[in-house]
Amino acid sequence: MSTTASYNPILTSAERADLTLREPTPPTGWAASSRWQDALFEKTTRAFALLVLALLAAIIGSLVYGSIPALQAFGPKFFVTNVWNPVTHQFGALAPIYGTLVTSAIALAIGIPVSFGIAIFLTEMCPPVLKRPLGTAVELLAAIPSIIYGMWGLFVFAPFFADTIEPALAWTLGRLWLIGPLFQGAPNGIGMLAAGFILSIMVIPFIASVMRDVFDIVPPILKESAYGIGCTTWEVVWNVVLPYTKVGVIGGIMLGLGRALGETMAVTFVIGNAYKISPSLFEAGNSIASALANEFNEAADPVHLSSLITLGLVLFVLTFIVLACSRLLLARLARREGRQT
Amino acid sequence: MKISKLLIVVAAAMPVAAAAGDITGAGATFPYPIYSKWADAYKTKTGVGMNYQSIGSGGGIKQIQSKTVDFGASDMPLKPEELDKSGLMQFPAIIGGIVPVVNLDGVAPGALKFTGSVLADIYLGKIKSWDDKAIIALNPGLRLAAEPITVVRRSDGSGTTFNFTDYLTKVSPEWKDKVGSSTAVAWPEGVGGKGNEGVSSYVQRIKGSIGYVEYAYAKKNNMTYALVQNKDGQYPKPDNDTFQAAAAYADWKNAPGYYQIITNSPGKDSWPIAATSFILMHKTQDKPSNAQEVLKFFDWSFKNGQKMAEELDYVPLPSALIAQIEGSWKKEIKDGSGKPVWD
Repeated sequence: MSTTASYNPILTSAERADLTLREPTPPTGWAASSRWQDALFEKTTRAFALLVLALLAAIIGSLVYGSIPALQAFGPKFFVTNVWNPVTHQFGALAPIYGTLVTSAIALAIGIPVSFGIAIFLTEMCPPVLKRPLGTAVELLAAIPSIIYGMWGLFVFAPFFADTIEPALAWTLGRLWLIGPLFQGAPNGIGMLAAGFILSIMVIPFIASVMRDVFDIVPPILKESAYGIGCTTWEVVWNVVLPYTKVGVIGGIMLGLGRALGETMAVTFVIGNAYKISPSLFEAGNSIASALANEFNEAADPVHLSSLITLGLVLFVLTFIVLACSRLLLARLARREGRQT
Repeated sequence: MKISKLLIVVAAAMPVAAAAGDITGAGATFPYPIYSKWADAYKTKTGVGMNYQSIGSGGGIKQIQSKTVDFGASDMPLKPEELDKSGLMQFPAIIGGIVPVVNLDGVAPGALKFTGSVLADIYLGKIKSWDDKAIIALNPGLRLAAEPITVVRRSDGSGTTFNFTDYLTKVSPEWKDKVGSSTAVAWPEGVGGKGNEGVSSYVQRIKGSIGYVEYAYAKKNNMTYALVQNKDGQYPKPDNDTFQAAAAYADWKNAPGYYQIITNSPGKDSWPIAATSFILMHKTQDKPSNAQEVLKFFDWSFKNGQKMAEELDYVPLPSALIAQIEGSWKKEIKDGSGKPVWD
């Protein structure tokens, strides 16, 4: 570059020629091998990501392929009839679908308020000395294998439930006008309500840890400002913390719901495995996962096997719908957010 | 350092090499206690292990049809047409009994009596309470409270269920019509437990419940078993003698494929819900050495395992039947070239 006394921003043609774009010189030595490694890394990680998609497609494909005999034999009314007869080869999935939905609903109905309480306590009101042990205890609950929950449920919880909680519910809620029939019936300790309770204990750690993590990242300045103008703890939580963290909260709830829908062993031990739909929650029922766990090993008849695979497909579709609903809900909340500000 | 690591790897590989001679089987949970006891004793004597997975009769049938195991075990015998379709032969291995168990205060084991039709009505849901007229008529000496009956049955497919429902089909035309008999049926009533263990634990937990389990489970858990009226109108106690009496009426000689179901046997001492457990093997063996090991195991167990079976409350096969079974082995199980595997 020529150095002149005065600075002229207009380039001469010689300088312009100097600046034309040209291909960068290829790197050599150490830099050359890192470029090759970068390309390999990108291809490998892309392969892994595509592998996940391929696996998902393969699972969906095999579920659909396996369901074809049952759907051909029974048609769409397979999903709304309540019959399960391996002797006459008549199958209808209504009872397991109903049981899965009801036990998950009970699990969430109990689990969400309790997890919310746990998360708020741990973030707002907990004395610092208790924070870490309580937080670890909640996370440990999540680490317990589900079959341990099933065994605990059958040997410890079910008798306690039958002797204490179910009679109490029958005596109080069972007498009310509309929801009374839900809580009447023989208190065996084994049935939809027991399965729902145990599922709620299993989903609480998931929902509570996610809620606690998102509540922790609320900027302190927001909360301090609210406290500063005289808000109570409840007003701060309801009006400041929750709206800020709703994405995470809904994500945590969906995580819990996903676990509740698919839970197998804990439910199998205590749900009673009866293909019936009754108005009382004390009665035995069945869920999709527990029906599969009980019968898949033994189903030799092709229509029976195919009906079980169709049940699996239904569970898959249910989980997919839950995910889609959560996305829709979040999108709608985000839109409303824009309108408010 | 390196040599010691090499030695560790070699030592770890040794048991794998020794396990190559082991035989594998899968199927019914009903005879699992006695098969595992025989396998243990056989391994101590000969060093050949037998690996049995108790996944249920239906699972056992599926596994042997797909040749993933050396033999399958099923409490439900396959009919001769089904045997021919899959190229299998079956033979009986052990006999046991199924007892109804109840959870009632103040009722001792063996005190409560049922007839077959009352049992069927309970399982159909027609008799709903313990103080029903039909039950009180059979048990005048017992004080039964007006408790609702909770029916407990199996949630998984099982040979125990097959034999129990077969008995109910024989004694109750309504049961035969509405439900039928199979390893898994559409139960009109009741909660389902997984395995004999599941049914036992439900019955022990729920007051006023009734279930059916294999006799060894009832005995081991000190459960209250009930008596059932047999075909001759008597109420035998469930034990080895009555199970054996039921088995004596089976006509093994004239049954192709040993297809005999010994429920509701005649005879004043016969236990009405006795069951035979069968072994399934392929007629043409791809691996004749494995087949020979399996037959040697069963031959040894039939001849030396009788005391072990009786300790666990199973009934060993009578020697005439053993001789007939071994004759069938020679006749029916052949290797690829047509030469019999057993001789």
